[in-house]
Order: sequence, then C-alpha cells, then structure tokens
Amino acid sequence: MIQLAGINKTFNVGKPNEFKALKGIDLEVALNEVSVFIGPSGSGKTTLLSILGCMSRPTSGRIWLNEREITSLPERFAAEVRRETFGFIFQNYNLIKGITVLENTMLPAYPTGIGHRVIRDRAVSILERLGIESKAREPVEHLSGGERQRAAIARALINRPSIVIADEPTAHLDSALARMLLDIFAGLKQEGKTILIACHDPLVFESPVVDRVISMRDGGIV
Amino acid sequence: MKWIERQRAFIDFTLSSLWRRKAKNLSLLMVYALVIFLLSSVIFFTQALRKEAEAVLDGSPQMIVQRTVGGRHSLIPTDYAEKIVQIRGTSSVKPRLWGYYYHPATRSNYTIMVPENYPRPDDTVEIGAGVLRTWGPLRDGSFYFNAHDGETVFLKAINTMTNETDLVSADLILMSETTFRKIAGVPEGYATDLTVRIRNERESQTIARKIIHVLPDTRPILKEEIIRTYSSIFDWRGGYVIVLLGGGVLAFFIFAWDKATGLSAEEKTEIGILKGIGWDTSDILTMKFWEGAVISLTAFLLGVISAYVHVYFASATLFEHALKGWAILYPEFTLRPSVNAFQLAILFFLTVVPYTLITIVPTWKVAATDPDVVMRH
Amino acid sequence: MVVRKSTGFLILLFVGSLVMAGLFFIHPRLHRDDCERGLAKRRHLVRELQLTDLCLFTEARYTRHLSQADLHSPFQDYPMAFEHFPSGSLVLPPGHLAR
Ligand SMILES: Nc1ncnc2c1ncn2[C@@H]1O[C@H](COP(=O)(O)OP(=O)(O)OP(=O)(O)O)[C@@H](O)[C@H]1O
Ligand SMILES: [Mg+2]
Repeated sequence: MIQLAGINKTFNVGKPNEFKALKGIDLEVALNEVSVFIGPSGSGKTTLLSILGCMSRPTSGRIWLNEREITSLPERFAAEVRRETFGFIFQNYNLIKGITVLENTMLPAYPTGIGHRVIRDRAVSILERLGIESKAREPVEHLSGGERQRAAIARALINRPSIVIADEPTAHLDSALARMLLDIFAGLKQEGKTILIACHDPLVFESPVVDRVISMRDGGIV
Repeated sequence: MKWIERQRAFIDFTLSSLWRRKAKNLSLLMVYALVIFLLSSVIFFTQALRKEAEAVLDGSPQMIVQRTVGGRHSLIPTDYAEKIVQIRGTSSVKPRLWGYYYHPATRSNYTIMVPENYPRPDDTVEIGAGVLRTWGPLRDGSFYFNAHDGETVFLKAINTMTNETDLVSADLILMSETTFRKIAGVPEGYATDLTVRIRNERESQTIARKIIHVLPDTRPILKEEIIRTYSSIFDWRGGYVIVLLGGGVLAFFIFAWDKATGLSAEEKTEIGILKGIGWDTSDILTMKFWEGAVISLTAFLLGVISAYVHVYFASATLFEHALKGWAILYPEFTLRPSVNAFQLAILFFLTVVPYTLITIVPTWKVAATDPDVVMRH
Repeated sequence: MVVRKSTGFLILLFVGSLVMAGLFFIHPRLHRDDCERGLAKRRHLVRELQLTDLCLFTEARYTRHLSQADLHSPFQDYPMAFEHFPSGSLVLPPGHLAR
C-alpha cells in the first residue's frame, strides 16, 4: 500500500513565478494493481509521479510505502529506494546514447555492487522476454521507437523493482505497439508488480488491464 | 567484494562513455601523454645530468686559480705557483695548460689540453671520440692545425678515447706541451691556470681568501663551486627548466580546464538520467573520478614510460636537437638511471591528481540537483 | 566472449605499472655494473686530466667550461656575437659569481 498525505508541491517558492503544482493530495494506491493518472496537461501528473518515485521531495506532506516513510530520507537512501523499489520508464525513454542496449539495461544495477555476470544474465533474460535480445549489442540509437521503449522497460526492470512508474508510455507509439506495451504491463502485474502510469491515451486507461483510474485537475485529485 | 564490483561497474560505464568520442578522447590522451612525456623527460634528464656532474666532477681539482686581467680570464705566470705553495694548508700547485681551438672547415670548437704526463711524441694527439666524428676529412691520416704564428702543423691521432667518457671528453684534443705552446701561443713561463691541492678541504675557503690577499689579480674557484654550478643548472625546480615547462603545462591545463568545466548539455542530461535511474550523487562523482583517472593514469604511464626509454635508452635524442643549438659537437652518452620513487610521486601529483580533480569538480553541482528534471526531457 | 571493458583496462593498467616498475626499479639494477664501469672511467679521466666541466655545449667559452667562466665572458666573444642559443640561455652564471 502506498499512502500519500497532504502532498503539496510548490515550484519557485517565494519568487514572483511561484507555482503550486500539487495542492494537498491525499491518496491511497493499492499494490499489485495497475493505476492510471489522467488529467489535462499541466494538472500535475508528472510532478506527482516524480514525488512518488523519490525523484523529488514534496514541499510538504508525507508518503508511506508499506508503512515506511520515504519522503524525508537523506539523498543516499532516497537514491537507494529509487533504485531498488522503483523502475522508471520515461516519456522520452532517456536511454544513454552511444552505448549498447545491454549496457543501458544494466546501468541501474551498477551502484548495487551485484556481480557483473549476474546482472548481465538478468539483463539478457529480460531482453529476451521483451523480444529484443537480438539488439542487445547495438547502440541504442540504431533502434526503432518501439524497440527503444522496450529497452527502456528492460532497464526499468533490471533491479526487480516492486513498483514500475511510466510517464506517458504510449506517447510515441502507434496503437499496435501500445497494445503490446499493455500486454507487457499485464505480464508484470501478474508477477506481482505495482504499475503507476500517467497518460492521456484512452487506449491505455480504458484497457481491461487497468484496475484504477485516478483523475487529476489543477494539482488536485477529482 | 561489493565495493570492487561497484568500482569495476563504474569503470565499465566510463570506458563505454569515453569510447563514444574516440577521436576526441584519444587525441586528448595523446596530448596529455605528450605533455607528461616532455615534463618527465626533462626531469629525468636534468636529474641524471645533475647526478652525473656530482659524481664525475667529484674528481675535479680542489681549487683552480685563474688570473684575471681587465675582467677577463688571462694567462697566469707559472711562478705564481711558488707564492701559493707557501700558503699554509696547500700541498701542491700545478700549472694547467688548456685552451680552445676553432676549426674553420667545420666551424667547430675543440678543447686542446696538455695532460700532466703526455707520454707520446710531439707530433701526435690523443682525441676524444667526438673529434673524429666532427673534424671532417683528415690529410694523410693527420689533423691539420693553424698554429698561433700562422704555421701549419700536422698531428697524427694515435689514440681515441672511448666514448664511454664522451660526457667529459668528447671534444678534447690532448697534446704535448711543446705542441700546445706552438698552436695556442701560450709563452713559456705562463699557464692557463693553476690547480691547487689542499690538505684539508674544509680550509679551502680560508686558503682562497689568503690567495686573493697574496695575489690580488687572481680568482680561485673551489671544487664545491664547480659542483654547485652544475647542480643549479640541472635543478628542475629552479632555473630555466621550470619556466620552459611551465608554459607547456599551463597551456595543457587551460585546454583541460576548458574541456572539463564546460559540461555539455548532453553530459548534464546523462547525469540526470543516471540519477533518475537510481544513482546517487556519490555514484556519479565516483564514475567521474574514474573518467579522470582512466585518462590521466593511462597518460601518466604512457608518458613516464616513454620518457624513461627516451632518456635512458635513446640518450635523450629529442633534447640533443634542442640543446645542441650552435654546438656542432654533442657528446654521445648514456645516462645512468637515477630516478627515484620521490620524483615519480611528484610527477604523479603534478599530473594525475589535478586532472582528475578538474574532471570531478564541475560535475559536483550538476550531480547534486534533484533528478526530477529527467522526467521532463 | 568479449572481455569486459574494466577487465581490459585493469589488465592494461597492471601491465603498464609492471613495465614502469621494471624500468624504474629493476632496469637500473641490471645495468649498474656497466654504469659504474663507465662512471669510474669518466672519474678517472677527470682526475687525471684535472677536468672541471661536462662537455655539453661546445660553442662558447662560457658554455663549454661554464664553471670557469668569468663574469663578462658571455659578452666578450666579439662585439656582434649572437647569443648562443639555446645553451646560452640554459646555463646560469657560475654559482660563485652570482653570489
Ligand atoms: N520545475 C518547475 N518549475 C516551475 N513550474 C513547474 C516545474 N515543473 C513543472 N511545473 C509546472 O507544474 C505544472 C504541472 O506539471 P506536470 O508536468 O506535472 O503536468 P502534467 O500533468 O504531467 O502535464 P502533461 O500532461 O502535459 O505532461 C505545470 O503547469 C508545469 O508548468
Ligand atoms: Mg507530464
């Protein structure tokens, strides 16, 4: 269970361009479900996901993950939580150019100190499962959009996170690829992972895989 | 184990990352290795020469007495020796005959000299190995000299000194006293200078003072002063060496600073991505540390090893051209290795450490910012 | 199987360090006898001929016998003499004159 209590996020506090992106959000998200955040552009979906994923801190409010408070952790532990509990799939994939798919996939595991071979085998098996193992030794810029997305998913899964966060995962995909992505998410859910998605795409939030749709507007839940 | 595995993973990433800009990073590496090569060549070379000078010139006369006339070195009457011997503490005084000979055909200078005992006939010379290399064609196996009085003198070389002693003997031409006086025009009763043997070397200063007192037109030169003269030229911490090198090193660091401080937008994005996927600030800095260390350690090893080979195996051939200048005659010498761990450590701290720091510092600020910006790329 | 990059690098680093250590700390030992022999010869010659200087730059009095130079010798070769570059700029005046 993820619990959010009174989450506020204000950008540029005290400056003339001060902006309240999240306004007192109280929310509970069940684990082992697929939850989708929807809402118009600028409603705060990305902001909320990044706070949930320990990427940034809320201005006020707290978040508990399975009774563990994760909002006030020092940087090092926040990074550890981010690394071991969450897997991120960014909107533009954010793969590192010029290095291979395999290395990109392995990157989040580097700071863990797990043996190289273990990580590599793990990465290869994930790539196999996603059907892009033949591209493992290619630099990422040789990949097509859909392959890139799968590489990004593989990278998100390398540390076996319990929660996968995806921001606009279908933004650059056609509907066939989007359906494939939903199948992947369904598989992950079956494995017991929790999936949090921010998205405008009806194809996603109307899909049967999705357990819960959370609607946002102007920094609040509606 | 975990720690090692982490470091190795960071090295893996850094290498992949550097490899992306092969051309740029390899050329940086080469320039860097070249700077280290030059820097360490100079240090090794001057150090070796300094040690050599100290060791070899230890055998120099304890004191030389020159006469000066009009501010310049002039011939000394041999009877000055009698006055010097009477000074307490001196054990013997010997005249020394030496001078220069300019050979117009090859425009080179030689040092002509009379050894204490020259056991060979008057029409012969004994020569340093460099003389034979530079003199040009001989006439009927003889050296041809223009004597002081305009006459031509033919002298047969009957012995060449081994080139193991080139560093002190390359340009020497040894001859008998009669021949020397004829060629150089030093009249009987005069010598180039006097060498003084002293019983107790600690008294040399006092004796020097006494000599000036008795013979005010003389100038004594002590052995320790000779050795000090050489130590100071070849001391890389002082003198011109460091000035010459300073320029090169500074230029390199300006280049490196420029490279390292201006983190490109791409690098910033990458740091953001790494943070986003769970690296923390110290992981990024460790990775950057390795980036600096990989380049500077490689350059250090390349530079230092090649400098060693250059100085001790190839007799510092590059410097030969730089040092030669107007000199036609350059000795062929092999230096005795005399690098110590301390010098290596200094080189290491002068090169590897600053470069690595330069790579890490600019990353600091970027690495410490919240990673949520990557959500918005 | 490709070699892991860090393995390759660490091996290179190790080999490089070995070569360096070999050159700096073992090579001089191997050649010590040769070197000592050469040094002994040079020393003997210096003692025998009562030499005072290294034969590095032969172009001018004050560079060939720089410990014997007088204060004015750099200026005295002849009025239009060129500076003897670079040795003329590398050598310092004899220590006892600079005092
Ligand atoms: N660093 C920042 N500084 C100032 N304002 C910001 C910053 N980041 C986000 N905002 C503002 O916060 C608001 C919420 O942004 P957010 O990205 O969460 O919206 P979103 O719901 O993800 O929109 P979209 O659907 O277009 O992705 C926006 O109005 C945005 O301009
Ligand atoms: Mg968004």
